[in-house]
Amino acid sequence: MIEVIIGHYNYWVVILLMMAGFYTVINRGNLIKKIAGLNIFQTSVFLLYISIGYINEGTMPIIAEGFDKYANPLPHVMILTAIVVGVSTIALGLALIVRIKDAYGTIEEDEIHDQDMSL
Amino acid sequence: MNDQVLILLAVALPFASVAGILLLARWPNLREAVTLTTAAAVCAIVITVFSRFHEGALMAVDIVETLPGLFIRFEVEPLGMLFALIVGVLWLITSIYSIGYMRGHNDPNQTRFYAMFAIAIGSTLGTAFAGNLFTLFVWYEILTISTYPLVAHAGTDRARLGARTYVGILLATSIGLQLLAILVTYAVTGSLDFREGGILAGKLDPAWAGLLYALFIFGIGKAAVMPFHRWLPAAMVAPTPVSALLHAVAVVKAGVFTVLKVTIYIFGTDFITSSGASDWLIWFAGGTILLASLVAMTQDNLKLRLAYSTVSQLGYIVLGALLATNMSLLGGALHISMHAFAKITLFFAAGAILVAARKSDISDMDGLGRVMPITFGAFLIGSLSIIGLPPFGGMWSKWYLAMGTVEAGQWLLLTVLLLSSLLNIAYLLPVPVRGFFGKAGDGTTVTRIKEAPASCLIAMIITSLACLFLFFYPDPFYELAMNTAGAR
Amino acid sequence: MIEQNLSLLLVVLPLLAAPVTAILPQGKAPWLLTLITTWLCLILASWQLSLVTDGSVISYALGGWAPPWGIEYRIDAMNALVALLISGIAAITLPYALHTVEKEIPRHQLSLFYAVFLLCLVGLLGIAQTGDVFNLFVFLEISSLSSYVLIAMGEQRRALTAAFQYLIMGSIGATFLLIGIGLLFVETGTLNMLDLHERLQPIMHHRTVHTGFAFIVVGIALKLALFPLHLWLPNAYKYSPSAISVFLAATATKVAVYIMLRMVFTVFSTDFVRATPTDHIFLLLGVFGVILASIAAIYQTDMKRLLAYSSIAQISYMVLGMGLASALGVTATLVHVFNHALMKGALFMAAGALVYRVGSSQFKKLDGLGRHMPWTFAAIFIAGLSLIGIPGTAGFISKWYLVLAAIEHQSWLIALVILLGSLLTVVYMWKLVELLFFRPITDPALTVTEAPAWLLLPMWTLIIANIYFGINTELTVGVAETAVNLLGIAAIHE
Repeated sequence: MIEVIIGHYNYWVVILLMMAGFYTVINRGNLIKKIAGLNIFQTSVFLLYISIGYINEGTMPIIAEGFDKYANPLPHVMILTAIVVGVSTIALGLALIVRIKDAYGTIEEDEIHDQDMSL
Repeated sequence: MNDQVLILLAVALPFASVAGILLLARWPNLREAVTLTTAAAVCAIVITVFSRFHEGALMAVDIVETLPGLFIRFEVEPLGMLFALIVGVLWLITSIYSIGYMRGHNDPNQTRFYAMFAIAIGSTLGTAFAGNLFTLFVWYEILTISTYPLVAHAGTDRARLGARTYVGILLATSIGLQLLAILVTYAVTGSLDFREGGILAGKLDPAWAGLLYALFIFGIGKAAVMPFHRWLPAAMVAPTPVSALLHAVAVVKAGVFTVLKVTIYIFGTDFITSSGASDWLIWFAGGTILLASLVAMTQDNLKLRLAYSTVSQLGYIVLGALLATNMSLLGGALHISMHAFAKITLFFAAGAILVAARKSDISDMDGLGRVMPITFGAFLIGSLSIIGLPPFGGMWSKWYLAMGTVEAGQWLLLTVLLLSSLLNIAYLLPVPVRGFFGKAGDGTTVTRIKEAPASCLIAMIITSLACLFLFFYPDPFYELAMNTAGAR
Repeated sequence: MIEQNLSLLLVVLPLLAAPVTAILPQGKAPWLLTLITTWLCLILASWQLSLVTDGSVISYALGGWAPPWGIEYRIDAMNALVALLISGIAAITLPYALHTVEKEIPRHQLSLFYAVFLLCLVGLLGIAQTGDVFNLFVFLEISSLSSYVLIAMGEQRRALTAAFQYLIMGSIGATFLLIGIGLLFVETGTLNMLDLHERLQPIMHHRTVHTGFAFIVVGIALKLALFPLHLWLPNAYKYSPSAISVFLAATATKVAVYIMLRMVFTVFSTDFVRATPTDHIFLLLGVFGVILASIAAIYQTDMKRLLAYSSIAQISYMVLGMGLASALGVTATLVHVFNHALMKGALFMAAGALVYRVGSSQFKKLDGLGRHMPWTFAAIFIAGLSLIGIPGTAGFISKWYLVLAAIEHQSWLIALVILLGSLLTVVYMWKLVELLFFRPITDPALTVTEAPAWLLLPMWTLIIANIYFGINTELTVGVAETAVNLLGIAAIHE
């Protein structure tokens, strides 16, 4: 049992981060915190990919003497792309927040909501 | 000319005329000339089609395969021919009438009126010539939509609400029930063709036939079987020519026409009698006939009274279809034409009274007949034809319908028919009686009222003479109706 | 030469045009380049479709790396139809965009606006073309990120919050999709759709596969605004610039539906859908979506929001078709994807034309406008009929197949719900019609004239398409049936 838990520790980390990020996105009214939560959420998925791409004692896939275990590099390549996507999302989100701050003078969701409703 | 082209022309010409009407909007005389020429041309075409059909020509044309195996198809068969003939002839007469009526009313939106009217007529002809149930449904719905602006024509709140009821009930029944019935038919048989003897026999479990048939009968809202009749009185907010041609002839007849088509060519009369599909539905039709007559008696507004009378008379035709005997089908088909001529006369008269005397309530019409003798005379003739008295055309259809109930052994329904005829007398005849013999309430105004505009009078005279004429010479309609009924 | 690289060109062309557009001087030039690009794409997409209508498949190995190791662009009838739809709507939106965008977007942002528009087009076309699930994720994010930007460019400040909300929900959806793809990759070691399908067959019962499937479905459901994950959609459509409402309403959710079809039926299979509760969940959500979203539409007081809720209801129809999981059902879904794009495109164009004249799509501003803008009004009327499903319009064809599929499935309740949905559509469309035509105009001093021809022409092109595809269905139904054959979905036999 313990071995199962410890043996899959990477999954536990991923799940923990994922839930923390997801919770933040849903629960926080501050837009910056929302974006931060989103980032954590996405990062947890990156970790998932990276950790499953690694094989114990595996090495990079270059054929050489003395190495017979190779790690698949594809997940890592994919995650590079996903990181780029993630970065752009965060950047765009932050840019939107700047604009929202200009337009509303606040970045608290409930205050924005109040302003929209009072019109 | 090629027969196929003739059918297409009959349907397409009214649509084409819309362009002319819109372009000539600024010159009312030219605009009306377009309407009249088109109506005359359509009338001539329909009569030519009839004569070709009479000679035994087979006329059918496929336009496009919309869905695999389902064509937009036109075909001339006896019942459709009968319907098209009535619509073609009466459009011309109504066009003459509406010019006098609309100008007498100084209506501000006449261009829209004539344009939409032409579209509605084109759709009606499309319905009449539809070569399969799919095409029929397409035109049926276009007819609903195209008459909406006509019902809402006045643009007042009352018109808006009436039009909403109108389109609401017609769309709800056709989408909710009729479309479902058509799809079930298609799913069961893989076809929607009109075929003699029907397409459902042997493919549909007879136990389900009643349910499917009910979906059709109530789904064809235009046939105004109670409880889905409310749209017809609601449509009376429309200008009178619309009520006359569309809501006494084209739209409502499109409904009962569809009922007859479904009965004869989709179910087949044998299947209906053998499966007992209509056993309980006939009571809805019988109930409609009686109840609508009773309601008509309580209406003081002349157009509303006529509307309920139409609901009742449509019940006759539906009953004819439901009984599914030779005689009843003959009577039903014949009633399409006889009722059309009689009812349009009544509406013409009602419109003439409205335009000349600005009166719509029967209780106000005392003594009007003495200053408007032609109008009230025409009304009298129309009433007598509806009641079914000789020497007017209405007698024939009622006769055969009554024979149909006898043939089916439905004595109770025979009683219903006879009772309803008595009620017809009770709600129609008081109008001319009051007009000719009643004393005007205030006495003074009557003298200032003159007869309706000449074009209205001409139209009325023609249709009332037709009622008379059809008693002595019902042959064209009789023959078509006979062929329809014999098509079992 | 062009023919061999057709499938790639369709994506590369707008991708190359985008940065060029961004550096063009402000004015008409960016618009012109975008116009040319979209029309070229349309030509290429039509060409591509003509190559696959017979049921053949174009396989294109990106960079010469053979599938399943390299990225494969795999074009069959379904991809080609979706690609044609996207590029067609883009090509028709562009003429419409000229005036509305000049009015709604500050002049110094014009070239960037069109650049982002092209990027969005790249993303959507890429999704349609690719046969690789990870590549699909990347394109999905390209299109999503650029659509957040486009929505945020709306005139009112609420466009910003709408875009932000969409960004949050969209990113969560995309991340879910990524998790799902990752889980499938763990199980199979491949990303190619066909290869995935092969390798998943023996391990369909694995819990990881089920989990991955669930993540994928939920992720896409967020993107396609499947009820009850639709919350981002109404505001996003309402506050975005008119041309963008048109483009996104007609394409974005439809592409998401396409992704769902691909994932569910190509990567997984009909058997998997029927063996798991997936089909029932689709049916359940579809039924609720149709009814609740339609009712919500009835109570809207803003035309664009009304149309947005109507979109949610219409998407639920497509989901119903998937839930029936039969050849007829999926045909209905595909046909409706195409037809709904036509009608919603036209309706949002009309809404945009009204906004162009009076500056708002709120009902109280629209009273009586129909009399002053007869062509726009007529367009709304006809597109509304198509939405209802009146015969003679494209909408009827979709409803026909959908109800037929429900009858074949012997789900009478579903058939009734579809028809009930049509009737609810009558209610909200009629509300709109009466308001536009019968109410007196609010401000008598206001002289409203018909929208300019640049707005009317694209609108009426779509209206005519609505009627054409309601009468001649060779393209829509024909291609959809070919596509469904290739998906290998069997009809239900009793």
